[in-house]
Amino acid sequence: MRRATLWLLLALLLAAAGSLAAGKVWVPLDAWSSADPRSIIIVELRLPRTILALVVGAALGVAGAAMQGYLRNPLADPGLFGVSSGAALGAVCALFFGYAAQAWLLPLFALAGAAATMALLALIAGRSASLVVFTLAGMVLTSLTGALTALAISLAPTPFVASAIVTWLMGALTDRSWNDVWLALPLVAFGVAVLARTAPALDALTLGETAARSLGVEPRRLQRAIVLGVALTVGATVATAGVIGFVGLMVPHLVRPLARHRPGATLWPSALAGALLVTVADILVRLVPSASELRLGIAMSLLGAPFFLYLLLRLRRRLA
Amino acid sequence: MSALETDRLTLSLGGRRVLEEVTLTLAPGRVTALLGPNGAGKSSLLACLAALRRPDAGAAALDGKDVATLPARERARRIGFLPQQADVHWDVDVRALVALGRLPWRGRGAADAADRAAVERALEATAMTALAERPVEQLSGGERARALLARVLAGEPEWLLADEPLASLDPAHQLDVGARLRAVATAGAGVVLVVHDLNLAARLADSVVLLRTGRVVAAGDTAAVLTPEAIAATYGVAVEVGVTARGERYIVPVGRV
Repeated sequence: MRRATLWLLLALLLAAAGSLAAGKVWVPLDAWSSADPRSIIIVELRLPRTILALVVGAALGVAGAAMQGYLRNPLADPGLFGVSSGAALGAVCALFFGYAAQAWLLPLFALAGAAATMALLALIAGRSASLVVFTLAGMVLTSLTGALTALAISLAPTPFVASAIVTWLMGALTDRSWNDVWLALPLVAFGVAVLARTAPALDALTLGETAARSLGVEPRRLQRAIVLGVALTVGATVATAGVIGFVGLMVPHLVRPLARHRPGATLWPSALAGALLVTVADILVRLVPSASELRLGIAMSLLGAPFFLYLLLRLRRRLA
Repeated sequence: MSALETDRLTLSLGGRRVLEEVTLTLAPGRVTALLGPNGAGKSSLLACLAALRRPDAGAAALDGKDVATLPARERARRIGFLPQQADVHWDVDVRALVALGRLPWRGRGAADAADRAAVERALEATAMTALAERPVEQLSGGERARALLARVLAGEPEWLLADEPLASLDPAHQLDVGARLRAVATAGAGVVLVVHDLNLAARLADSVVLLRTGRVVAAGDTAAVLTPEAIAATYGVAVEVGVTARGERYIVPVGRV
């Protein structure tokens, strides 16, 4: 476990360095000195973008691991279960009503949207729902928030608003500034801290809700912590980078063997692996030869959907 | 040691009375079996004793303190609960599963030497030490039941409440787990079991509580309470009671009353 964590950290450092260098303009790392004109690319574009990729990836990884542990559902993911689309709907409402002029209103709406969908999911889960019922509920929430978002687009007061919404919905880390970093970082840090504190309770839930309660887990408190933590991490991510799905689904699966399948011990490795995955993916979308840059959210879905199918095939017997 | 009592405990679920003014005193150091037909309220009574259900009236109390108002962590340390469902949602290994029983003791901290020692004792007591590294999904039904029992034992609670811990086991494992529960009681803890099998109760329990439609029909020492008359009043069946060559009682239902 320790050694695997060290390897993850090392890979993360390499990926971050690569993310500073890679792009339309290759900037060698020795161009850092202020005399080199290319240093501005690093400091004002690549550095905030890289930090944001790390923050967004860690946030989505932890949120996915916490949701899977809490819902005892290996298919749970903030993207698939509607939390990201809830956050997006909140943000879209802010754009639609023109509130986005105030920098803090869009993230606030995104957080509220994420919190509302996560609370709905938790309410359904509170009554010991089965894997199937729960996955279906998540899918329904996704399509409902998706439909409302589409409604907002079709009713958009001006074409500019519609196009702003559409561009924004496709998650990306292109042209992000330090402002985005300063917005996302504290919210995500707080959210990750809240989720990390639920680790023992998530472990206890391995035995089901009744046994977890007999071990001293207080379901209401745990639910509040999960809703708050997921809302902060996912809301902040969606507010700064748009919808990036499947990270929260894939990452916990990949690191679970390292944590010997304990849901609480999966949280921190998921943060590291999530940061690694998003950073590497964000390097790759920059390197794909195309007229305009491939959107990160789209790339992640292209990668994640087959992974989801593979998981479904593996779970087929349990679900039947 | 502490006494676990109920005082006019009354519980309704979905508009139906499942427990009606149940007043009991359970003594530590003994194995007590809760007996009764399906729907008599055995599991509900156990859940109230473990503060997993809140009664509508009356209370369950540990050392005179209402279990529902005990701090969750203190309650979890003193009362261990083994649910009937053998749920294990992730494919953890046996030792990690058993270590969950130490959560009330270690909270958010890492497991210390005392926690690890308690886990090893619990593995030893359930003959699971050799299987400690095995993933739960590779265990047989009996091994899984023993691992889950070890989980409760690892918490070393004053009271061990178990909902049908013997139901899914073959006779050999029933004897093993039964002997283990007996050892827990001998060591001083109170053991309360929901049991369906009259013979198991007769052999294992020091005292029994007979329940029917949420009311206590009879409670007391096993030999005194498990009479053909009381069984007829509880289950509506006629039984014959015999004694084996080794002096153990057996009960055979012969027909409806």
